[in-house]
Amino acid sequence: MTTTLISIERPTRAPKKPLAFTIDGRAVTVEEGTTILAACRTIGIEIPTLCFLETLRPVNACRLCVVEVEGARVLAPSCSRTAEAGMVVYTKSARVIHARRLVLEFLASSVDLSTTPGMAELLAEYDCKPERYGPPKPHALAGERDAAIAGHHAAPDPDFAATVGQPVMVDNDLYVRDYAKCVLCYKCVEACGADHQNSFAIAVAGRGFNARISTEMAVPLPDSACVYCGNCIAVCPTGALMAKPEFDMRAAGSWNIEAQTTTDTICPYCGVGCTLSLHVQDNTIVKATSPLENSITLGNLCVKGRFGWQYVQPGPSADSATTRDG
Amino acid sequence: MFGAGGGTNSYAEVEETDVVFLWGSNARAAHPIWFHHLLKGVRNGTRLYVMDPRRTDSAKWADVWMGLNVGSDVALSNTMAREIIHAGLAHAAFIANGTTGFDVYRAAVEPYTLDVGEQLTGIPAAAIREAAHTFATADKAMICWTLGITEHHNAVDNVLSLINLCLLTGHVGRWACGCNPLRGQNNVQGGGDMGAIPNRLPGFQDILDPAVRAAFERHWGVPIQPTYGKNLTEMLHAMEHGKITALLCAGENPVQSDADGNKVARLLGGLDHLVVQEIFLTKTAQLAHVVLPATASWCEADGTVTNSERRVQRVRKAKEPPAGARDELWILAELARRLGTDLGNPTAEELWNEFRTVAPAFAGGMSYARLESLGGIQWPCPDESHAGETFLHGRLWETPVRGRPAPFSVVEHAGPAEQPDAAYPFLLTTGRRLESYNTGVQTGGYASPLHYGETVDMSPEDAVMLGCADGDLARVSSRRGEVTAPVRIDRALRAGLVFMTFHFPDSVDTNVLTNDQYDPKSGTAEFKACAVRIEALVASVGAR
Repeated sequence: MTTTLISIERPTRAPKKPLAFTIDGRAVTVEEGTTILAACRTIGIEIPTLCFLETLRPVNACRLCVVEVEGARVLAPSCSRTAEAGMVVYTKSARVIHARRLVLEFLASSVDLSTTPGMAELLAEYDCKPERYGPPKPHALAGERDAAIAGHHAAPDPDFAATVGQPVMVDNDLYVRDYAKCVLCYKCVEACGADHQNSFAIAVAGRGFNARISTEMAVPLPDSACVYCGNCIAVCPTGALMAKPEFDMRAAGSWNIEAQTTTDTICPYCGVGCTLSLHVQDNTIVKATSPLENSITLGNLCVKGRFGWQYVQPGPSADSATTRDG
Repeated sequence: MFGAGGGTNSYAEVEETDVVFLWGSNARAAHPIWFHHLLKGVRNGTRLYVMDPRRTDSAKWADVWMGLNVGSDVALSNTMAREIIHAGLAHAAFIANGTTGFDVYRAAVEPYTLDVGEQLTGIPAAAIREAAHTFATADKAMICWTLGITEHHNAVDNVLSLINLCLLTGHVGRWACGCNPLRGQNNVQGGGDMGAIPNRLPGFQDILDPAVRAAFERHWGVPIQPTYGKNLTEMLHAMEHGKITALLCAGENPVQSDADGNKVARLLGGLDHLVVQEIFLTKTAQLAHVVLPATASWCEADGTVTNSERRVQRVRKAKEPPAGARDELWILAELARRLGTDLGNPTAEELWNEFRTVAPAFAGGMSYARLESLGGIQWPCPDESHAGETFLHGRLWETPVRGRPAPFSVVEHAGPAEQPDAAYPFLLTTGRRLESYNTGVQTGGYASPLHYGETVDMSPEDAVMLGCADGDLARVSSRRGEVTAPVRIDRALRAGLVFMTFHFPDSVDTNVLTNDQYDPKSGTAEFKACAVRIEALVASVGAR
């Protein structure tokens, strides 16, 4: 046994106490501080989420993950509500199913969810009929939603379902913002803000149905505090934020996930050693991401890692001096 | 340090330490994802000091920005050391147990009173005192640095002076305590690990050690020279004196990345034979007699790299290289064959496994399978039951200490080799920006909205004095060359200090200005300081 002058190891935290409760009639034991959602996942109970991500602080925005807690007046968001000893939780009660259907129908009637992974299956599973609210209202004009004044609301149009639709914003070469697809989950705001990037280039502006993600004073991205790390794209659950190459390929009909390989390697730039997952289609890098569970990146990258690989792409490019012709 | 050439801590530790000195580093721009970990620390209550002549994006996050004079780093650390000793805050038990040379060190820093420190660094004495006391009394503290420390003619002295501070306070060899150079390139650490440095064999084994040489001679069946090789700067000097006449240059663009670029181009152009192994026809490759087109090693080949927390990680082939480009291992093996040695055609994994056998204490436990399943492993990792080390040098706390105690080093303030004078009244310091990388070979081609080309950044005061406004062209000249660049007014700079990058050498070749005065111990040139003259070429209307 070695003796050291003082303790040199990482201070150990007191072990968390176990607590027992029931989910859908099944007894579960978890550590103190575990959320209901995490507890459900340990026993294989699926709970749908939109605004939740392991690497972000829960904001309880979407209410899709609600569960019923016996004795509680309202449904609880399972992503942030921690389990308590003796708690009795129902994840599939009639109230829960009804609430989730409501959330999904409202979202699907007002937001373009066509590029949200798994959404079609979820709408079917919860028997959602968003079309009963009427046909979607045509998109607002460019800048119209950004000009909305808090507290001023137009009267509802009975012929249409209200939507958040507006034209796609393409104001730079690296990524586009299609806020017709935005469910206001806040993930991009959190990733850009205190949770990861601390750039604070975007926030939620406006109130109620006029609420939208905005740069400061709704300026174009190149005039904002954005540093193009794309960490907002990485957490966006609906494809509202999308890297330009993917956006362009989808528009051209050439985006083909089945034909893509994903290979993890290490970023070629500084010495931090971020894992880059390179998504390659036809020997061309079409997207770079980083695994959420990677201890170095937590899914984050900087502008060079996320976008700076044009120089290894095959074929001609705008700058032939720095691109290798295959 | 202390025989192991790598940072002492893990990124996670910077989230849990109490005090960080971020010294000569604009990590917010140069190491953005590491800075995420530091920001977690700051939000956890870590007190952050940023030592930098510029008020950088990193400094904006600091509790205290210590805007020292360029090249006064040793003066600052020696002054803090003297203050810590006089205040009775040195860690006597640790010094007695794990270090040597304290008495000589104490005598050497004695002249660096707070007043002298203020004179030399430009930082108020009270601020130096506060930083010293906070560092010394912290339970856990770390010093992290980059090229602001090492791109000086006294680079090694700068590093040693920071290590001294950690030894003095016992902030090393413990969780969340230590000294960490943040590496500027994705495998600069791995190059050292593998022995691609002039004084070490694989696993940082000293080439001057006869037992080490004997082991490698047995393994490789060839004699190994009992002397250190030449570092880059010494190689350039050897070319100048006709001692090196042929060169293989692999994946480096010294014509644009080295100080005094005109001289480098002349020396490389004068070689009898220059072979450049590259992925582009760089300015250096254009001088070559033979260019060997190579693969982009990070996405067109397999292998490993080591990061700034000593984590060895796999790189993998994600795409096919362009026609004609060859794997770098294949190129080396073919070169060897033509030079009369058959190395076979080893794969990256086979070479890695050979490395593990010649450096078992270092990497014996790092099989590809384990690197895969554990998401990389931090060296040292001697056997397959070992998880890798999160922090180094815990042995210095063991009683009695295991191995050689850590030596204090006597270092003196020297200042930049070239000081501003009447002819060249500004001090130019160089560095990097977030969206670009080194000579721009890799980053020149992507469409970043953040690119704005090269500029000469100066304080508002200097712009007024020179009569120029944002965007005006200015001629910047040093004793070695001159360039023309648009002026960019930057309030992060103080009067007399100007800043440029070397990201756009095809339009503005900043390194024709820089001073190739180098550190004899590391071979690093003084990119961070040279004297320049600035003339506004177009005086803008109304600027006066």
